[in-house]
Amino acid sequence: MRPWIALNIKSVNYEFLEETFGSKSQLLLQSNPVHKKIPVLIHVDKPIPESLIIVQYIDELWSSSPSILASDPYDHAIERFWAAYTDEKWFPALRGLRVAQEDEERKALKGPVIEGIVLLEEAFGKCSKGKAFFGGDQIGLIDIAFGCCLGWLKVTEKLSRVKLLDEEKTPGLVKWAERFCADGAVKGVMPETEKLVEFSKVLLAKLSGAPTKK
Amino acid sequence: MAELKLFRTWSSPFALRVVWALDLKGIQFDTIFEDLTNKSSSLLQYNPIYKKVPVLVHNGKPLAESLVILEYIDETWKQTPLLPEDPSERATARFWAKFGDDKVLPSVWNVFIKQGKDQEEAIVTAHENLRNLEGLISGKKFFSGETIGLVDLAFGWLANLLGVFEE
Repeated sequence: MRPWIALNIKSVNYEFLEETFGSKSQLLLQSNPVHKKIPVLIHVDKPIPESLIIVQYIDELWSSSPSILASDPYDHAIERFWAAYTDEKWFPALRGLRVAQEDEERKALKGPVIEGIVLLEEAFGKCSKGKAFFGGDQIGLIDIAFGCCLGWLKVTEKLSRVKLLDEEKTPGLVKWAERFCADGAVKGVMPETEKLVEFSKVLLAKLSGAPTKK
Repeated sequence: MAELKLFRTWSSPFALRVVWALDLKGIQFDTIFEDLTNKSSSLLQYNPIYKKVPVLVHNGKPLAESLVILEYIDETWKQTPLLPEDPSERATARFWAKFGDDKVLPSVWNVFIKQGKDQEEAIVTAHENLRNLEGLISGKKFFSGETIGLVDLAFGWLANLLGVFEE
């Protein structure tokens, strides 16, 4: 989803090749022989894997506005830090909670997920400086990184019966989530929650470690 | 003069990356050695989320996570660039640096800490990962070409730690 949104922001034309869950195309395996995963961007025959790396590539190549990454090196570093935190710490914790079957397990796994969201709420306050997105007036790297997890966040809220985004604890993020999902570059890209819930049930039924789309 | 402090330990390979980057660019900085069994209040204040080294503090502003720090250094001090100019080459460098941290390092670490059958499996995984790197460096002086770059700094730990683990 992330490269999709970035390309929409830059108004770049692209061809979308949908992979079938459970079987990987030759082109995918050729383009990402190391991880064999999506997303992969192929630009003039050059394959670029890993969603955050693709988003940075798109931003650097199509450097005309609107910019996705901050121009100030420190702000840029903070964006990378939170994007990496979302991927390496928070999203795996969310996935762990979503697949937990027992209530006791869910109780134990809920804590780190909520703590992470509270940290992201604080980060939102600092990065947005009172504006609409982490990136300010426009969608930035953290918006894309965390925003694309919103679908799975809603699925987890439903399946695990736990409130993650909360008007009391995370009011900033609640409003931000609505704005993000309503943005022109995101609408039409974000999958419907019900569809994701059904897909999640299929995944849980298979009890597989299949990678989820980012 | 700008104030630049690096919180590190003597052995952390992640912190060494930052030292190498700053040294390559000829940048002066102060070092604060941390005792990880008794972390300083400054470290905990500057890196409350991970509570780890390295942490770079530039004019009072803290940064954590070595690869994030390396890119910050490269953007702030333009001499001796660590990343190439071309966006697709930059993307490739970032990919391999991340591969190193996500796959190579844990697989080598597993060989070091595991025993018996687990260790045998870990060795197979580590070898697969190292074969990827072998392909990457083939015919080149450094991973980044003629000069040291981001990928070389990211894999620098291989140069001395592999020998230590093998022993």
